[in-house]
Amino acid sequence: MLSRVANNLCWLGRYLERAENTARIINVNSNLLLDLPKSISLGWEPIVDILSYRELFYSTHKEAVERNVINFMVADQKNHGSIISALSSARENARTIREIIPREAWEQINELFSYAKENCQKAQARRSRYGFLNEIIQSNQTITGILAGTMTHDEGYEFLRIGRNLERADMTTRIIDVRSASLLQETETSQSAFENLQWMSVLKSLTAYQMYRREVRLRIRRPDVLKFLLLEDRFPRSLLHTLQQVELGLKQLPNHEAAIKQIRVVENQLLEANPQTLIQEKLHEFIDDMQLGLNTIFDKINQTYFPYNN
Amino acid sequence: MAIRWGSYKVANLHDELLRASGKPRPYAQDLCDYLRDLSDAEIIEYKAAADSAIQVMGITFRVYNDEEGSIDRAWPFDIIPRLIDKKEWNDIEIGLKQRVKALNMFIDDLYNQQNIIKDGIFPADLLDKSKNFLHECKGFSPPLGVWAHICGSDLVRDDKGTVYVLEDNLRVPSGVSYMLENRQVMKRVFPEMFEKMNIMPVDDYASDLYDMLAAMSPRDIAEPEIVVLTPGTYNSAYFEHAYLAQQMGAELVEGPDLVVAEDDCVYMRTINGLSRVDVVYRRIDDWFLDPEVFNPESTLGVPGIMRAWKAGNVALANAPGSGVADDKVVYAFVPDIIRYYLNEEPILQNVPTYKCVNEDERAYVLENIASMVVKPANESGGYGMLIGPHSNAKEHDKFRKLIKADPRNYVAQPMLILSTAPVMVDTKVEPRHLDLRPFILSGKDVKVTMGGLTRVAMIRGSTVVNSSQGGGSKDTWIVDMEGS
Repeated sequence: MLSRVANNLCWLGRYLERAENTARIINVNSNLLLDLPKSISLGWEPIVDILSYRELFYSTHKEAVERNVINFMVADQKNHGSIISALSSARENARTIREIIPREAWEQINELFSYAKENCQKAQARRSRYGFLNEIIQSNQTITGILAGTMTHDEGYEFLRIGRNLERADMTTRIIDVRSASLLQETETSQSAFENLQWMSVLKSLTAYQMYRREVRLRIRRPDVLKFLLLEDRFPRSLLHTLQQVELGLKQLPNHEAAIKQIRVVENQLLEANPQTLIQEKLHEFIDDMQLGLNTIFDKINQTYFPYNN
Repeated sequence: MAIRWGSYKVANLHDELLRASGKPRPYAQDLCDYLRDLSDAEIIEYKAAADSAIQVMGITFRVYNDEEGSIDRAWPFDIIPRLIDKKEWNDIEIGLKQRVKALNMFIDDLYNQQNIIKDGIFPADLLDKSKNFLHECKGFSPPLGVWAHICGSDLVRDDKGTVYVLEDNLRVPSGVSYMLENRQVMKRVFPEMFEKMNIMPVDDYASDLYDMLAAMSPRDIAEPEIVVLTPGTYNSAYFEHAYLAQQMGAELVEGPDLVVAEDDCVYMRTINGLSRVDVVYRRIDDWFLDPEVFNPESTLGVPGIMRAWKAGNVALANAPGSGVADDKVVYAFVPDIIRYYLNEEPILQNVPTYKCVNEDERAYVLENIASMVVKPANESGGYGMLIGPHSNAKEHDKFRKLIKADPRNYVAQPMLILSTAPVMVDTKVEPRHLDLRPFILSGKDVKVTMGGLTRVAMIRGSTVVNSSQGGGSKDTWIVDMEGS
């Protein structure tokens, strides 16, 4: 398989996942703000921070008010992380490898981009926002389904899956990091009245709420949430699960030793973590380590399979 | 009934399906009867079926416009096929083989002994001024002496019914994928006709192309690595590049995917590291092929690929430098070229061509420009030409000046009255002008496609068939009357 093609497939997986995750985050934040009392105003700034676009955002906007942030994250073509940019990049990637991916998948990607482009104004009004973002999420799930169900599970498919899971791992760590930093001061024993709500929103950003509930029957507590999102290997958006998926994918590819070794390093670090003690500063440091780890994994994959593209 | 052949105007033109109003040609009788019996509703249904097949199959070509940049457009297609009697086609096929064989010998000679110049048949100064003669290729001869492995020659028919070769495309001729896809669309829309009539199949092109390319491999191995080299998704023919790669099971590569190593072999960059490439079916122009030798700015090409080719480590189709034989000035010499190398009379005719480089011919052209078609030597796609009868005095003057400034660059031909065929306009039929581009593969043997790509000028009275300028296409049926 050509390096360029493999690289395109990897990024196709990443871009699609990015668009979906961004849609989920915005949806959850919209909901959360409705539930919080006026006195606790988290606002929209955390959304910009989750995706590390603070600088870019403030270079063109004065205030992180709803209207600006939504436009920036959904429709702004200058923001490479916006939904429209991610989908546009996904479409361009798919187009250059049209002969590799199933025709149905290409058509669906094409349609999703057209839909997003024509309807992105719907994200502005709260009433139509949910429907619009949900359509993005659903279409993306359809694409994933088409690819899983109709594409030969060959090397190319593994690159798609690797891209998707790396992006997912990245997003999971970002959401935990930013959300927990913006939480109100907490101690190990007491919990503020609304902390519950906020940890729920963290779970919901990762569509983990329902699955968490099935696993953990107690009330929502930080250590349990962290344990679930970091270490529950059966939950498809937990950090451990996504790492294992990347590893499984790599095993189908040639010359995977170096990259897998790197995954093991990060995995071990992750397994040693104790969610009980991961509070504020320590949690932030830990997530930083994880992010660095993810970067080294991605670098190794790049060096091994796409040394010419960088 | 929707289609009335009796009111279809043939007049003094040559129509491909009817010899006169209401009188189908023998090989088109079944088709015309069938179409006559269709209701308006059926016609609308079949047109929609064809459109949706094109949409679903993703048959597109790329056009550039100022407002939207570059966009993929659905392939314009007419549901009435263009028919040719197999008996006539057999002669055309022999004629095309003869022509391409002679052209390949001509190219090989130009880059080596240049006997045709020494013998006074082809003027040396024409070669000196040719933009497409690559000095880098001098003294080289590719295996079997074949340079233009894939040729697309444009054929037209005039009002008397005579078939002429309008031009030969020896560089990177395109359109064959549309020929193949047109047939797929027609099989979906008119399956009945394929049962009733004896229509020659076209499907074996991709495997013929593969066999021809595989036979060029410098390494004698069972499965040589063949790649299709494309300039990328923004090229107007990208659909075709991807299509052919897919049909042949070859890798579709871009310039940066390939690298020439120190051993002067070509490799592609794969996830397993470098992997040797034997044959490159390149769909980028000479000028962009190798920045070491040609345009140093080119990012589409592969540095060193000319070195690898000359060392015999990779086969290139078409060979660099083949374009020397397809400019419009060389065209005028093709009948002489056939006589010179093959000692045969040309089977297919050239359109009478005035070479502006010759003083008396130039004088004739300048005098009669209003009734002629003037073509620049090195342009393709219908760009930069003048159609005298459809232009005004100002444009005539502009071309007179252009010709005087650079006579070598221009040839002129009398305006041919092209043949027509019926196309669907709403639910009625109207005559439109058309041409035909068959594709000729040259390797150990020479093979010609059964028919080719029929291109139609969709605008009434127009003779411009290029898809970039509003042309459409039709499926082409070679009909075997004796077999049915």
